Amino acid sequence: MERSKGNTLIVIGLGLLLMITIIISFRLGRYPIPTKEVLGISLSKIYPIEQFWTDRVEMVLINIRLPRIILACLVGCCLSAAGAGYQGVFQNPMAAPDILGASAGAAFGAALAILNYGSSFMIAISAFFFSLLTVSLVYLISKKVKGKSILGLILSGIIVSSLFSAATSYIKLVADPTDQLPAITYWLMGSLAGAKIGDIKFVIIPMTIGLVPLLLLRWRMNVLTMGDDEARTMGVNANQVRFIVIICATLTTAASVSVSGMIGWVGLVIPHLARKLVGNNYNHLMPASILFGAIFLLLVDNVSRNLLTTEIPLGILTAFIGAPFFIYLITREGRSIEY
Amino acid sequence: MSIEVSDLCFSYGENRVLDQVNFTAQDNQLLSILGPNGVGKTTLFRCILGLLNGYKGQILLNGINIKGLGIEEMAKLIAYIPQFHYPSFNFSVFDMVLMGTSVQISAISSPGIKQKKLVDAALKRLGIYHLKNRGYTKISGGERQLVLLARALVQEAKILVMDEPTSNLDFGNQVRVLTEIKSLAKEGYTVIQSTHNPDQTFLFSDRVMAMKDGKVLAWGTPGEIFTADLIYDLYGVEVEMESLYHDQARVCIPKSIVEKDYTYRCCS
Repeated sequence: MERSKGNTLIVIGLGLLLMITIIISFRLGRYPIPTKEVLGISLSKIYPIEQFWTDRVEMVLINIRLPRIILACLVGCCLSAAGAGYQGVFQNPMAAPDILGASAGAAFGAALAILNYGSSFMIAISAFFFSLLTVSLVYLISKKVKGKSILGLILSGIIVSSLFSAATSYIKLVADPTDQLPAITYWLMGSLAGAKIGDIKFVIIPMTIGLVPLLLLRWRMNVLTMGDDEARTMGVNANQVRFIVIICATLTTAASVSVSGMIGWVGLVIPHLARKLVGNNYNHLMPASILFGAIFLLLVDNVSRNLLTTEIPLGILTAFIGAPFFIYLITREGRSIEY
Repeated sequence: MSIEVSDLCFSYGENRVLDQVNFTAQDNQLLSILGPNGVGKTTLFRCILGLLNGYKGQILLNGINIKGLGIEEMAKLIAYIPQFHYPSFNFSVFDMVLMGTSVQISAISSPGIKQKKLVDAALKRLGIYHLKNRGYTKISGGERQLVLLARALVQEAKILVMDEPTSNLDFGNQVRVLTEIKSLAKEGYTVIQSTHNPDQTFLFSDRVMAMKDGKVLAWGTPGEIFTADLIYDLYGVEVEMESLYHDQARVCIPKSIVEKDYTYRCCS
């Protein structure tokens, strides 16, 4: 009981941390806005306050920073929730959208749609379809690999991912270098630079549809980590739960990728960090991953837009932060991440 | 509670793994299934637990054919205790046991106070309450086996199926685990276990089924069927069987080892 209460406090703490990060993120930028004005403008939307800020400040805050901050939070929580979900239902701590090929598939789908001058809706649909296809392929191939399941999953992930990356490269080769190629290239690097309110309206529904079941089924995911046979004898329909979780995790991944492009590492690193904080029980792990993912991507996005005069694409930053961090994680406590 | 298996046959392709298996187990009975490796014990268990469907014959739990039962209905009747293992993720002992209550709650909810109390009671009953906040992978093999047993108890199914619960345990833990299993059977559970140890099988079981090549070689109370010939038929090892404590226990000693040694000593 004590342990569980402690974890609840950690989750609440993460929630508060996210609030603080959001407020700080509003302040940061080429056009600094003091906290007082940030709070004033936010409050004025629900409660009439006399305006003590300029219209220009409000414009920057509402039209530029707000969508970007919301989107960073959404993409962060979706990618890490998807990673935590995949890890549970594949009974595999190495599962993540990048490793399962979900990202590579989504990238190919999106590039294909850009090549055919698809609308942003078509880009998202195509991204979703191909990421689901790659995840299914990786799963089916890994089932056929003899021996260690973790190795099988990673190997088939590498195979299918590189296949789709090659296909994406081919699309880049044939794409129109004046408009399509830059769009695809920029998109593959991952960025939230062009975030608009419209983007949020566009992804909020698929993201919610994906996230809610991932949260609701979190206890069932615990049981699934015991393996299919054990889960079944405990009265849990492993195949059904796995199917729902894969669909939902892939939906959230694809929705994220369709607005932000390829942002790697979040889905692998954040659930691991959350595991270190609250343990492996999905009751706390799933909310902690979601909040942590939002905080992480928001922080990284702040670096991305403030560190240099030109924007650094997010995908590049998450890799620069994620890879060394993950090396640290697996070497420092190799024993407690029992592979 | 009862389990009744009649004319059970199962084949993997051409390879017949179970051939006309018949047995029953009632309340208060500990049934041990004895037989060499690869004899079809695991396949038999998977059939009984509803994990394998392509069998011929009939499996009745409480007189109900399991083919007509859903996953949840099955879980309320029969629980499975696997050999202790290393799961992909480390859980606390408490959370591990709590998973056994999943069948009592809806798919989209988490266990509540009622389920947590069940877990506390089961941990106390098996004497492992002090481990509740420890990590499952950080405790000993015997303790892990007891945790899995506790998980089956909170499932509140009255038939327990155990896959070699004492293999990989040291002698002390074997006795501890078997004693718990025996007392569960006395309380009204129907327990089926597979095992490799003839001496312990005799000591603890109410019924024994000896299996070879997918067939039932012998079936009955330990006193009826336990002979040196049976052990030879099962394992191909000649044993001297000794009765102890007015036949409350029988021990098997492999002849070849002792007698070879004996000859050696005589001649030198």
